[in-house]
This record gives sequence, C-alpha cells and structure tokens, in this order.
Amino acid sequence: MSTARRPGATADPRPLGRFGWVPALAIIAAAIATWQIYAMRSGVSPQILPSPARVVDAGWAARDALWTNTVATLEETAFGFLVAVVLALGLSLLIDASGILRTALMPLLIGSQTLPLVAIAPLVIIWFGFGLTPKVLLVALLSFFPITVALLEGYQATDPDVERLLMSMGAGRWRRYRSARLPTAMPFFFAGLRIAITYSIVVAIFAEYAGASSGLGIYIEQETHVFRTDLVFAAVLVTTLLTITLFAATYLLERLLIPWYRISRRVDRR
Amino acid sequence: MTSQPTTAPRRTDGGTPKLRLEAVHHAYRDVKVLDGVSLELAAGELVTILGPSGCGKSTIFSILTGTTAPAAGIVLVDGAPLGASSERFAVMPQTDALLPWRRVIDNVTLGLEVQGVSRRDARARVTPLLETFGLDEFTRAYPFELSGGMRQRAALLRTVVQDRSVMLLDEPFGALDALTRTDMQTWLESVWGTFGASVLLITHDIREAVFLSDRVYVLSPRPARVVAEVTVPLARPRRLEDVGSSMFVDIEIELRQILAAIRGRHA
Repeated sequence: MSTARRPGATADPRPLGRFGWVPALAIIAAAIATWQIYAMRSGVSPQILPSPARVVDAGWAARDALWTNTVATLEETAFGFLVAVVLALGLSLLIDASGILRTALMPLLIGSQTLPLVAIAPLVIIWFGFGLTPKVLLVALLSFFPITVALLEGYQATDPDVERLLMSMGAGRWRRYRSARLPTAMPFFFAGLRIAITYSIVVAIFAEYAGASSGLGIYIEQETHVFRTDLVFAAVLVTTLLTITLFAATYLLERLLIPWYRISRRVDRR
Repeated sequence: MTSQPTTAPRRTDGGTPKLRLEAVHHAYRDVKVLDGVSLELAAGELVTILGPSGCGKSTIFSILTGTTAPAAGIVLVDGAPLGASSERFAVMPQTDALLPWRRVIDNVTLGLEVQGVSRRDARARVTPLLETFGLDEFTRAYPFELSGGMRQRAALLRTVVQDRSVMLLDEPFGALDALTRTDMQTWLESVWGTFGASVLLITHDIREAVFLSDRVYVLSPRPARVVAEVTVPLARPRRLEDVGSSMFVDIEIELRQILAAIRGRHA
C-alpha cells in the first residue's frame, strides 16, 4: 500500500483482539489480592494501611461526601482544561503563522512550565481566593503546554505538496490552515490532549490541597488529619477512575471528530 | 546540441501561444537551476518537458504557479506577463496530495471549493466525470482505501474539474508500477482530448513523452537548458499498438540518443 506507515501502526496494539483487557485486569486483581492478604495477615493498623475491602466499604459509606467533592474537582478540571485547549489553539496558530512570535513566545511558554506547582499554587490561591478561579488558572497553566507543542508539531507535519497545491488553486493563508494544516494537526492534538488530561486532575487536586472549600484535594487533606486513611485511599481510587474515564473520553472524542484517522490506521495494518 | 524547431500539428501559426517562457533563469542560493529556458505551449496542445531527475523541471512549475519568482526571464500567458494575469493553472503534483481526511468526492472538489463554488454545485460538476475516471463506485471511500492507479485518477480529476485553460502535470504516473502506468497512459490518451485544456507534462519516462505529447522539449541536466525540441506527428487518438509503429520507435530512439548524449557530456 502506498500509504506511509505511522509510528503507532507498526505493532499491533491489541494482540489478543477483543480480550486485550484480560492481562491488565489480571495484574490489578493480583495486586489487590496480595494487598488484601497482607493487610489481614500482618496485623498492620488500618490507619497505616487499610485493606482494599475496608477502603471500598468506607468509600461506599462516605459516597455522598465523595460525590460532592468529585463534582467540584471535575468542574475545576473541565473549565481549566477548556481554557487550556482554547489557549493552546490560539497560541499555536499565532506561533505557527509568525516567525517573530515563535522566537518571542517560545522561551516564555517553556519558562511557564518550569514554575514549581508547590510554590505557585499557594500564591495563586492568595491572589484569587478559595473559589473556582485559581484552580481553573492552575489547571490551564499546566495543561496548555503539551497541547500547544503537539499542535505545533502537527502543523509542521503538513505535506508541502498539499500546501503548494492549495496555493496553486489560489488558496489564501486562512484557507490553507483550514483545509490542510489544522486537519493534519488533529491526530497530534489528541495525543497532546491525552497527556494534558492526566496532568489536569492531579493539578486540580493539588491546587485544592493548597486551599479550597470543596474538592477531592481538600477532602484528602481533611481525612489525613483525622487519620481516616481508608477514606484517603477511597478518594485516591476515585481520582484514578476519574482520570481513566477522561483519558478514554479523548479516544471517544477522537473517533467522533476525526473518524478517518482510525480507519487509516486500520488500513495501514493490513 | 542541434535544436529542431518544428511546427506542432495543433499549433495555429502566428497565433499567440497559450504559454510562453523566454530565457528563464533561476538559482537556489548559489546553485544554478535554470539556465535560460525558453518554451511554448499552444492552445489545446500537450507538450512534455523531458529531462533527467533533478534537472530543475519542477522549478519551472513552481515559477508558473507563482510559488517561485524567476531570477531572470519572461513568462507570458496569452501574451501578457504572468504576474499581470489572474490566470491560474490547474496543477497535479508528483505525489497525489490527496487529503486523507476527505472522501474521494470531497477531494476532487477541493479546487472548486477554493474557487468559492458551493459544495452542491461542485458535486454537480464532478458527478458526470466520475464514471470516465473510474471513480463512480468509490466516491465515499477515503484515499488510503484506494489503489495507486485510482489515487492518481482522483488527483487528475481534481485537476481537470478546476476548469483552467492550462494543466500542469508533474510526473503524474511516476509513483505507479510499470503495468499500471501503461494503463493510465493509455487511459489518459483516450480521454484527454475531451478536456479541451492545454497540458504541460513533466516526465522522465521517454515512452510516456512520445505516447502522450504533441511536442517534447528535452532539458539538459542542471542547470537546465532546452537542448532539443522534438515533434510527435502521430495521429490521435493513439492506441497501445502505436508504441510498436516505426514512427513511434524512431522518435523514441531519437530522444534516447539525445538524452544519452547530454548525459555522457555531463558524466
């Protein structure tokens, strides 16, 4: 086939076909079982290491509080992430279209990623209060970068023949972005989105930890103070499930927005 | 090398050529690419630029499409300088340059879309041609689901429907295997007369040049100059059998000798 192979298409990512989830599930089950047996047999205090069964029990009993705080964290993550995507699209287009802006903005953008969260999170809370705004800002600040970089690489991957073809047709700059550069960048965009989404939740929780009225971060802090280790673990479990769900959601979105990409990779593998 | 200025059968004597390059020079940094290239394309003519790989053939196309400004020389379209005319050429690049996120139908209408034609009108204009191009059953397919020959036909249809008076084809069948290439050449010869456009074709395939052209310009290796102009007076439409005719073989041998001579001199 004349279609160029993409890096991800060389190895079959699902060697077991529809049963690809079995090994992952087996490993997790084994780890949980080991943990359960150790917690029961070793006589370690549940305040130090609660058994998985106890975590689930406690979490279920506290489900109302967990739910309320999860919704708060999810809200911060969603808004922050939305700001990050809009910011990344705007910045990447400006940087890609202008050589001057590239040299002017890139150092600043890279610099923004070196700011230690431990130092800036409390400051942003002091500046903007305990509400939604500081969390949205922190989530956006730390997740716009991977999306921007992914988009920039995506634009660069545009086939020069396609650009020349569009120019020969009389296409202006905006038309070339719309018809060639942006669609080319879309698979890269989703790759960046996946990296960013995993950051987003962790950053939201950390920002809450630094000061908030609700959210999983502040919940974890409060339960740590009263030695409810089982509830801390329950909150961690919820965080993990949330991250996995959002990660999976990017694939769903990708399939809806750029259906051709999945089909093209399937054709490549044939 | 001897130049053989002859009159092409389709050229109307004394009329303004559709396209005319006069002593066009170009260089990339210090590397001279074009060293005074002069050539003409009459209305309705198919003219081939034949030359070794990397000789600067494609530079001529980027000058014609306005991507590259020539260092010196004149380009005339219908007698007027290229910059002054709003005339655009329909280009078929070396790679098919089909967009993987567009289905065949949306790929072939791309040029019309850029011209501002509505999607409905664009599709209406393309539909009667789909069968001729053997694409009528694949309009909903993505390019990566097509064979190499079908992709080239889609790229050619995208070029044809732009409805420009000049088409520039840059090694249109270069990426195909030999058998498919022969099929495509035969097919193109059987249909191109109906398009009514003048065609400038770049190739390094001698047989393709003879089979499709009214005239052939042979370029030297870089920096490119026109070293010969050969007329192909074979009657149209040409068929696959004509490849064995004595006139065809004579022209083919002549071109082969010209190319061998200039390559020998540069080796």
